[in-house]
Amino acid sequence: MSTPSTNVVLRIDNLESYYGPIMAIRGVSLEVREGQIVTVLGANGAGKTTLLKTISGVMDPEKGTVKLQGEEIQGSEPNQVVARGMVHVPEGREIFPLMTVAENIAMGAYTRSDKQAIDEDTELVYSYFPILKERRMQAAGTLSGGQQQMLAIGRGLMARPRIMLLDEPSLGLSPLLTEEIFGIIQRLNAEQKVTMMLVEQNAAVALSIANYGYVMELGRIVMADDAATLAASKDVQEFYLGISQEENQRGQRRWKQRKTWR
Amino acid sequence: MDFIQLIVSGLASGCVYGLIALGFVLIYKATEAVNFAQGDFMMIGAFICLGLTNQDFWGLNFWLAVPIAIVIMAVLGYLFDWGVLRFMFGQSQVSIVILTIAVGFILRFAAGTIWSHEPVSLETPFAGRDISLGGVVLGFDEIAIIIVTLLLTLALFIFFSRTKLGMAMQASSQNQLAAYYMGIPVKRIQSLVWALSGAVAAVAGILFASKGAIDPSAGLLGIKAFAAAAIGGFGSLPGALVGGLIIGLVEPLSARYGAPGFSQIAPYGILILVLVFRPGGLFSQTQKKKV
Repeated sequence: MSTPSTNVVLRIDNLESYYGPIMAIRGVSLEVREGQIVTVLGANGAGKTTLLKTISGVMDPEKGTVKLQGEEIQGSEPNQVVARGMVHVPEGREIFPLMTVAENIAMGAYTRSDKQAIDEDTELVYSYFPILKERRMQAAGTLSGGQQQMLAIGRGLMARPRIMLLDEPSLGLSPLLTEEIFGIIQRLNAEQKVTMMLVEQNAAVALSIANYGYVMELGRIVMADDAATLAASKDVQEFYLGISQEENQRGQRRWKQRKTWR
Repeated sequence: MDFIQLIVSGLASGCVYGLIALGFVLIYKATEAVNFAQGDFMMIGAFICLGLTNQDFWGLNFWLAVPIAIVIMAVLGYLFDWGVLRFMFGQSQVSIVILTIAVGFILRFAAGTIWSHEPVSLETPFAGRDISLGGVVLGFDEIAIIIVTLLLTLALFIFFSRTKLGMAMQASSQNQLAAYYMGIPVKRIQSLVWALSGAVAAVAGILFASKGAIDPSAGLLGIKAFAAAAIGGFGSLPGALVGGLIIGLVEPLSARYGAPGFSQIAPYGILILVLVFRPGGLFSQTQKKKV
């Protein structure tokens, strides 16, 4: 652990979750410490999104526990989870297309009723995403993909979360926009003290801002280490960063190479 | 003069169609199922008010009976979602639609058993009174219907665009999953939408019954309101009202100036024209999702 002194915000033990008869999460355990950016890497179908949905209460786990600041929250409804300070920014934005940008942001504060603080937080969101302020009276469905992603993150911030679950914020964005969004995520983490759990396929970008990382495959955690160590590891470089190792004499036989964890 | 009277009575019945259509659209937007019992909800709302206020039954003051009837219908709507539909969560829309058709039958026969199958009219303070403005004689009931509908529309508009609950209803109809993620209690919101649509149905029923006699099969009027909702675009609240007004106006005008029997088919003729030339309805709200 990089900073073992800080508190554990989120702790998951032996979580198992099913999509109908298919076991999507096969006994996952992990922890996220306060102030960290923790990333979960994995290919399509590794179970990353299911993991986040199970944590935030949209899906119920079959077994295992999810502890948010020491209290068990598995199986509770999403509105209770949001009120306890954990917000989930879903994959593919999922904004309210016919409502204006400002109304979308207001919906992020649904579980709160402290009007003055909500107004302050709205301004805070606009200070991180000035383009949203410019477009605040526009229907959210007319925004570009990158702006919609900003709206989804800004809307999530309105719940004043201790920890934010981000599902593929880079989905469908250009490399330049991805960099911009990740820059803002990093700033939110540093300046607003929002702990982040970041699920990504784009391993290079995710590892560049994360403190700690997990690698997920077929519903299991197969590697866990500091982000820098992960980025330097041979397996992650080969399978997630696309840096090919020195070719052997008979040319590339990548598909035959065994991952160390199998 | 004759023409203006036709227009006013057309607008009045159009308002009733529009309000029933509003109920269809509310439920459709919230749950993506069509409540084919909406017309029967309207009929039951009318009979509850009638049972409370008519001298043959309880004989309560009219102005007391109206809010009670509205509240009873709202509670029935809420309970229907909470007690029945929530257990069908995840079932196909078709089974929900068939369920509502069955509920419509049950309500029709229940009303017949309680209040008889004979047509009865609601005793209102303004029944039979009229005013004449420059030679045009307008019924009090028709004017009341138009004013109440306008006020209700305004109230609904403010509710949906200004209040937190109304916004949450809009949000959960536009993107249910995202509403879940924001911590909006989507299931309770859905039950509240059913309550709202029950209340609107009660208002429509009371207005309808104040204009003429009502009997348990009046709920079949729902078919016309369904056409109104489809003309308006089935996802749009203003569209539902406009669709209702169009049908309400077409009926008396085609009866007056068209061939006999034409007025019965004219609303559906318009429905077919709209579906052919603007398949999404007049006020379609479709939005493609960006990836």
